[in-house]
Amino acid sequence: MLREITLGQYYQTDSVIHRLDPRVKLVTTICYIISLFIVDNVIGYAIAGLFLALVIKLSKVPLKFMVRGMKSIIFLLLIAVVFNLFLTPGEAVVTLWKLRITKEGIRLAGFMAIRLVFLIMGSSVMTLTTTPNNLTDGMESLMGSLKHLKVPVHEIAMMMSIALRFIPILLEETDKIMKAQIARGADFESGNLIKKAKSLVPLLVPLFISAFRRANDLAMAMEARCYRGGEQRTKMKPLVYKKRDGLAYGAVVCYLIICIVFGKILL
Amino acid sequence: MAIILDHVNYIYEAGTAMEHAALKDVNLVIPDGQFIGLIGHTGSGKSTLVQLLNGLLAPTSGSVYYNGADIHDSDYNKKELRRKVGLVFQYPEHQLFEIDVFSDVCFGPKNLGLDKKEVELRAYAALKQVGLEDEYFYQSPFDLSGGQKRRAAIAGVLAMKPEVLILDEPTAGLDPKGRDEILDQIKKLQTQMKITVILVSHSMDDVAKYVERIIVMNRGQVMFDDIPKEVFRHYKELETVGLAAPQVTYIMQALKKSGLNVDTDITTIEEAKASILNALGRG
Repeated sequence: MLREITLGQYYQTDSVIHRLDPRVKLVTTICYIISLFIVDNVIGYAIAGLFLALVIKLSKVPLKFMVRGMKSIIFLLLIAVVFNLFLTPGEAVVTLWKLRITKEGIRLAGFMAIRLVFLIMGSSVMTLTTTPNNLTDGMESLMGSLKHLKVPVHEIAMMMSIALRFIPILLEETDKIMKAQIARGADFESGNLIKKAKSLVPLLVPLFISAFRRANDLAMAMEARCYRGGEQRTKMKPLVYKKRDGLAYGAVVCYLIICIVFGKILL
Repeated sequence: MAIILDHVNYIYEAGTAMEHAALKDVNLVIPDGQFIGLIGHTGSGKSTLVQLLNGLLAPTSGSVYYNGADIHDSDYNKKELRRKVGLVFQYPEHQLFEIDVFSDVCFGPKNLGLDKKEVELRAYAALKQVGLEDEYFYQSPFDLSGGQKRRAAIAGVLAMKPEVLILDEPTAGLDPKGRDEILDQIKKLQTQMKITVILVSHSMDDVAKYVERIIVMNRGQVMFDDIPKEVFRHYKELETVGLAAPQVTYIMQALKKSGLNVDTDITTIEEAKASILNALGRG
């Protein structure tokens, strides 16, 4: 019942995208998001769509997983579309009482929807093809220069990787406690809002206790291995760029140029 | 009246790259009043199997019948089923949440919609049944020792007065004394209240002394299903799937090999003692 959350969940398989350096994937994702906001015509979005489709195809992750992540933003998507549809000034197409749907509104709403869908899908591709550890390693390496500005880059990365690592553990734990309480006759589904909120107590109390216990154990285990932050710490598997990573960077630059040329300048 | 599993299959994460079958064509009949040991190596499907028995999981294919009714029929009362088939999960102390032990045990019967008096009577009886003393009743469950927590958690399920009690590794992480005490108490419960008990474990030594039937699971399939001594005869095969017969079986086999005429079908230490003395002519 709780396995529907895909954000931050790794899909295990072997593909070109999986093997790419996490830094490449991070930079690509950022570039892709930027590109979505640069382009503002149909051809530009078609190019962005094609690029995304190609990457998804290469990643060998079933489309089902991307779409599943979409469920969580459906509400946001609806709001964005509705507001753009009705509140954009311009040439009216349909008039309902005081609300006017304008030509510009339809255009903007459509673009907004596409933008959001591509944005979520694009970032899902990254999280689905990169293990949390790899992802935070990549982030740490990319933000490395911030260290000179006294930003605790290593600590932030460590906190993120622990947090990400604990998502599936806590989900599993929730599932287990839920089942145990259902076996004792607990009912998490029926009743009004107050009753539902109350029914969460038997779930949340054990969950918090277990989270604290795990955090405690982890801290102890880290200290037992003399962990004391990032200073002079070396990595067992340092990130090294390979040939395919260079090619991927090249592809991204090409994509960006095409996007800017067709999506912005030409038309 | 019994639990019947008919060609039950269960597949985790069907349709993804992580898909794997936890149970493959399992057929079982569990009559009333039996004390059953469900044994299997980690990942053999035993935890999945017990969750099917009280309807927490639905089989991918096949049917589970309780007292003649298919528990996955749309009009079947699942809540009633969960009262009758009590399931104590692994490390049940992790589900404790109330401010004191007594209120925690009350949680189950309260969910059944019983009146306050009946709830408290049941909670009191259940705590007595698991051998927890009065002095602990109004302490926070989190202040108890590991073994006491476990008892409190088991009492939480017992208070629902189940007809079938399933315990998933009730002795995991306990010391030998705590383990023996809990298992002795479960055996006592089973004979006194005439309920069916299914004890899930990966240790033959734990169950050999108590159960009257052993179901051995391997890779999602039932490997053996027989009385203990018949199962332990296959001790060589058990070893190939990461299990072992009780230590006493090995001793008796070794004694037999070295020429002492002892009974190798023995499953408990007491029987072994008698048999050895007998073979030595001092019985």
